[in-house]
Amino acid sequence: MDKDINITVKVWRQKGPKEKGHFETYELKNISQGSSFLEMLDILNEQLINEGKVPVVFDHDCREGICGMCSLYINGHPHGPDEDITTCQLHMRKFNDGDTITVEPWRSAGFPVIRDLMVDRTAFDKIIQAGGYVSVNTGGVPDANSIPIPRHDAEAAMDAAACIGCGACVAACKNGSAMLFVAAKVSQFALLPQGKVEAARRAKRMVAKMDELGFGNCTNTGACEVECPKNISITNIARLNREFLKAKFKD
Amino acid sequence: MSWLINSSIGRKVVQSLSGLFLILFLLFHMCMNVVLIFNYETYDFLANEILGANWWAIVGTLIIALGVVIHILYGIILTLQNQKARGKDKYASSSKTPQAWSSKNMFVLGLVILIFVLLHLYQMWYEMQFKELFHISGARTDGAQLVAEKFSQLWVVVAYIIGFIGLWFHLTHGFWSALHTVGWNNTVWMKRIKVLGNIVSTIICLGFIVVAIAVHLGYSNLLG
Repeated sequence: MDKDINITVKVWRQKGPKEKGHFETYELKNISQGSSFLEMLDILNEQLINEGKVPVVFDHDCREGICGMCSLYINGHPHGPDEDITTCQLHMRKFNDGDTITVEPWRSAGFPVIRDLMVDRTAFDKIIQAGGYVSVNTGGVPDANSIPIPRHDAEAAMDAAACIGCGACVAACKNGSAMLFVAAKVSQFALLPQGKVEAARRAKRMVAKMDELGFGNCTNTGACEVECPKNISITNIARLNREFLKAKFKD
Repeated sequence: MSWLINSSIGRKVVQSLSGLFLILFLLFHMCMNVVLIFNYETYDFLANEILGANWWAIVGTLIIALGVVIHILYGIILTLQNQKARGKDKYASSSKTPQAWSSKNMFVLGLVILIFVLLHLYQMWYEMQFKELFHISGARTDGAQLVAEKFSQLWVVVAYIIGFIGLWFHLTHGFWSALHTVGWNNTVWMKRIKVLGNIVSTIICLGFIVVAIAVHLGYSNLLG
């Protein structure tokens, strides 16, 4: 059964991108295990405001695990200790009375800290702008049977498209590599007929942009796959490598 | 072809292909060592007549050396770039993400192997091919005897085994990772490639270790 617990949270506080950050420790009393992790942070912020202090800045939006806005590196895991969920879906019942919870922002050269726990993830938007779209005019709705797509391909494309671009892969990676994200975005198109038209251009441009923005080189440790809230498989990375090499050899 | 230097995937492909090439060389080297268990004369014949200071052996040595240099150079470049990409601030709560130990320590394992290879080159290759090639006195043509002399010392056997264990960990990640990088992987092949990698690395390292121990204990030249 859910109980009320007393916890200590160690939170990364940083006033701005150029400022030096540090940890601050806060005590929280009677937190219901039924509340979500972000609700716990809301309670912390209310407490801070009542004390006349500056609340902790953190990213969040839909709070149902679909927008990719929430982040947080909690006790050694991106999105916390639970499996296949985002931070907003994490509940306090994953923690015990008396626990100290360490909360940090994503740390990677590609994601500079803006303030406290909020990082700048516009690098992902730039990678998408470099080629993560289909620009062919697909016209009106064709008959469903005019372009047959094997079920396996459709499923694999859908699995890749489940990526919400939260950046947990980069946060988990010891190399700060964005390969899982780029691989998912390249795969979701490369598997489908509409996406194949620009597949070569897309793979080359997205990888070039990823490298340009300072993300690391993938060494296949597989940490990204383990921490991904949407279970994106690293076999997508093999597909990205394939697409990229095919494109380069065609040149 | 500038993408082999400028692009992350390009650099990884170079690292991957040079690694796969070195695995092939290791397989050949291991097979040749196993000959020591059976017959010293055959080993010396292979070492002197088939390899030795013949032009093809020298070309082969240079190609392998090139492979090693490229693999080390790219390993260093990739590692430095990755440390930079990780950023200056480190996580205070250390990563609890379960990952294969070897995959996180490829650089350190590579250093262990490099130190071992330098020792090995000094003890064996320098005495045999190098001295013969540059007409330095004392070039050994009795390769098998040289190996037997070196492996009669316990510390040499221990040092070599440490090197081989490092190599085993390096290869268990390296093999499947190399194939993954050149794009030869999917959900079905992932498990197969990992198992295949474990088999290949075990065959290579076990072959080397068995020969080292057998020679040390005198179970060599059995058909001699």
